[in-house]
Amino acid sequence: MVRCPIPDVVMRHYFTILSQEIRALLFSPITYVTAVLFLLVMGGIFTVILDQYSKEALEDAPAIIFFSSFWIPVFFMVPTLTMKSFAEERRLGTLETLLTSPVSTAEVVLGKFSAAYIFYLLLWASTLGFHYILHVYARDVRFLDSGPLIGGYLFIAVSGLLFISVGILASALTRSYEVAAILTFTILFGLIFGLSFLGQTSALNTDLLHPIKATVDTLQILHHVDDFTHGVVDTRQAFFYVTGSVLALIFSILGVEYKTLNS
Amino acid sequence: MAEIPDITIEVSHLKKSYGSLNAVNDLSFSVKRGEIIGLLGPNGAGKSTTMRILTGYMPATSGSVRICGLPVASQAEETKRFIGYMPENNPLPEEMRVSEYLWFRGRLKEMSRAKLRSRIDEVLELCDLKRNRHRILGRLSKGNKQRVGIAEAILAEPAVIIMDEPTIGLDPHQIIIVRDLIASLRGRMSVIISSHILPEIEATCDRVLIINSGRIVAQGSPAELRHEIFGHTSYRLELTGDLAALPAHLTAIEPTLKSVSIGEPATDGFSIVTLMTEATADLGEKILQILPTQGYRIRSLSHTQPSLEDVFLAATRRSWDARLPDKKNIQENRGPLPNT
Repeated sequence: MVRCPIPDVVMRHYFTILSQEIRALLFSPITYVTAVLFLLVMGGIFTVILDQYSKEALEDAPAIIFFSSFWIPVFFMVPTLTMKSFAEERRLGTLETLLTSPVSTAEVVLGKFSAAYIFYLLLWASTLGFHYILHVYARDVRFLDSGPLIGGYLFIAVSGLLFISVGILASALTRSYEVAAILTFTILFGLIFGLSFLGQTSALNTDLLHPIKATVDTLQILHHVDDFTHGVVDTRQAFFYVTGSVLALIFSILGVEYKTLNS
Repeated sequence: MAEIPDITIEVSHLKKSYGSLNAVNDLSFSVKRGEIIGLLGPNGAGKSTTMRILTGYMPATSGSVRICGLPVASQAEETKRFIGYMPENNPLPEEMRVSEYLWFRGRLKEMSRAKLRSRIDEVLELCDLKRNRHRILGRLSKGNKQRVGIAEAILAEPAVIIMDEPTIGLDPHQIIIVRDLIASLRGRMSVIISSHILPEIEATCDRVLIINSGRIVAQGSPAELRHEIFGHTSYRLELTGDLAALPAHLTAIEPTLKSVSIGEPATDGFSIVTLMTEATADLGEKILQILPTQGYRIRSLSHTQPSLEDVFLAATRRSWDARLPDKKNIQENRGPLPNT
């Protein structure tokens, strides 16, 4: 039953499922709640940043500080965008109709992932307006340094792959979307702060554990965002997000099939 | 679509177990093209599990299922193209409109846009949903939802249609519509429906499989089942005449024909007599011809048949009582003939 997740016959139903999922997200009130909350939070953060700049000169560009707080919206946005994808369908039973039509599980997983990812990107893209307003009213080109902006949005796009696929995986493993949301939050917290805490613990400072320490040090997501906004686009970091995302999606496919296998 | 063979569904020695529980136990049957099969069984008999295995949604523990000649286990993607499936309780996405849902499902079933456009109109017409085509699925009544499920199942004109309890929760008027709809598929598509509403199955199905504890306990057309389970037909007569000589006259008509009960004569002299025979042919005409020549006056004759319900009860009871594998034995132990 567990089929090879490699795309077969060029994903015939991918776009059908994608458009269906986008429609489902557009019709879901949760999407709008998320969008409003996201813009409120990001607007608030941006205002605080500008407020600080008006008081004293800071070394970093506003965009750098803006993107360094990326994890705040990620913690509520990713769970709300992804939690319903499989959990709700499984609860309603529509997953059965979906999987008994001639589609592969890989197509379903990828379609749902892409829809959530597109919304994630669209919401972040809406914050471009903040920077535009700043640019218009600051009348000073230095405030809109395009480097950190490009780096920052690139980081959002690349890391979003991993975050959203983690959300899809959590949703694929349960029939309750509350559980999916909490699971997503927990995994994301572990990825973003857990790895950071682990990197700071002194227990890893022995010679024996040096390889682990080195690995953990390269997986500091909070450092990655700094690198990206400072113009250092490390392909190793991008590789981490892409492979992590692919892995999470493969596990989602296996998770969906395992659940139906044992339902 | 590829050429559809004469046998559309072949199930052999199908088994499905959940741990120590055998949901389906050595099930074998086949379905011909255009046949309508009713799957009957009490709750938990394995009907839904069997259907899910047929659709490829769930793997079997052992045994094989072939849909249009292709094995479901290894070519699930292919076999799904031959199947229109309506799951139990007919789950639908709440926020979509009827036509949008059918469009989405049609696209998933690989129908071309042009074909789909005309086909959606067709199935909406067939299922009497034209007025509801722009309504939101979550707001539809139960009957309409059920019809959307059926419309979806027949949308791509699949060779095999599998419907799990299609008439559940419908009012009698809607049941008739659904029944006619299913009957209209006869000859073109193989249909498997499960139900425990027996008159439904009796009215629509060519063949009935009675399942209990994952095993087929009886199968055949409703008439065959009656004969298999009860092994007799009975008649109810209202007549007057020499009742004492009646058994001899009956044996003359047909050796196995005998009277099982003779009622007290009413004030007008007529009494109710119940006759029973093991013969398969209808003896009604003979009885009406011969008895009057012997001096009897007949006021009414009716043919009482055990309903499918009685067949069902008898068959499932027989399977529960596993210590009675011998059919002969059960016939001797059978209870009084049910009145219908």
